Amino acid sequence: MERTVALIAIFAALIAALGLLPNLMLTSGVPITAQSLGVMLCGTVLGAKRGGLAVLLFVGLVALGLPLLSGGRGGLGVFAGPTMGFVVGFPIAAFTAGFVMEQLRSLPVGLAAGIAAAVGGILVLYIFGVAGFMMVLNKSLIETLTVFSVYIPGDIIKVVLTGLITSGLARARPASVLSRTG
Amino acid sequence: MISLTSPVKTAAHGWPAGGKLALLCAATLMLFAVDGAALHLGFLAATAVLYALPGRVFLGAGLKRLFVLWPFVALILLWHLITDDGAAGATIALRMVTAVALANLVTMTTRLSDMMTVVRWLTTPLRRFGVGTQSIELAMALVIRFTPVLANKGQALSMAWRARSVRRPGWRIVLPFAVTAIDDAEHVAEALRARGGL
Repeated sequence: MERTVALIAIFAALIAALGLLPNLMLTSGVPITAQSLGVMLCGTVLGAKRGGLAVLLFVGLVALGLPLLSGGRGGLGVFAGPTMGFVVGFPIAAFTAGFVMEQLRSLPVGLAAGIAAAVGGILVLYIFGVAGFMMVLNKSLIETLTVFSVYIPGDIIKVVLTGLITSGLARARPASVLSRTG
Repeated sequence: MISLTSPVKTAAHGWPAGGKLALLCAATLMLFAVDGAALHLGFLAATAVLYALPGRVFLGAGLKRLFVLWPFVALILLWHLITDDGAAGATIALRMVTAVALANLVTMTTRLSDMMTVVRWLTTPLRRFGVGTQSIELAMALVIRFTPVLANKGQALSMAWRARSVRRPGWRIVLPFAVTAIDDAEHVAEALRARGGL
């Protein structure tokens, strides 16, 4: 119990700390933050339930007014802005990533984590992100997808990184990769 | 850790947080229910008055926080000028800015401790289902404590990288970073158990 609470809390803090790292820059000039990498890692490392709770904790603290999102953003305004779908979708994305990870126990950790991150961190996250954008800005699906397509290459990089980092963690700290140990 | 609550004391700081949140919900629902650029201009003007009431420092801080929205405002206005529907674009942009401004206003005038009280009240029914709400509060406190700690460790890692390489520290530091975080979590868990556990 103590261990679960501590891991959930530390991973929530890890997402926040990753948001403070300097932006990685793609060659196309689109900035990518490491924050959604943290969301994917929560799912692939902690599993569905605990990973989802860690991200929910993070999003909850953002709502309470802590500036934990990348760029020091936070507060209730985030949930009224055009990117609110992504923030709302974060916990569900992590849960899905964890769920997929748990289903793919027969695959090598890195590959399973990559697939899980793609399903949770891209597919599910974008469903929420796009829906939120459409709702706040009254845009059609095609218009919204055009806007977000520039971020997809960065997300694919993050999926690969999630696979590499999760398999690294499974080697360095196997007992803490809860999505594999149970 | 710095919260987004404004250091400028306003009358609204003393209002019950739950009431402010309920008002915000009602106002946001109303903003999305009505249409009309003139009406939304009025809403934004009223919101601006609310920001101006506590004085110049508060207004400045509030405007600075809204500034992050400019790419979206530009995108919407540009888009609707191209599609020749300026009025609709103005409505959407005004509504978005007002909704975010009102939400920020609640955040700026509510202390973290008051927000926590609302969370405690909201999570109390969960106790009936056997959820330990005190571990939620402990977890929140841990995140607040450990975010700056982890941020420092991340900085130390990137400095260590710079000392050895001319290239920028990239994703390679994320793995040792996560390992550090996991080790911290194990230490915290041990310390919690040693102090009687949850």
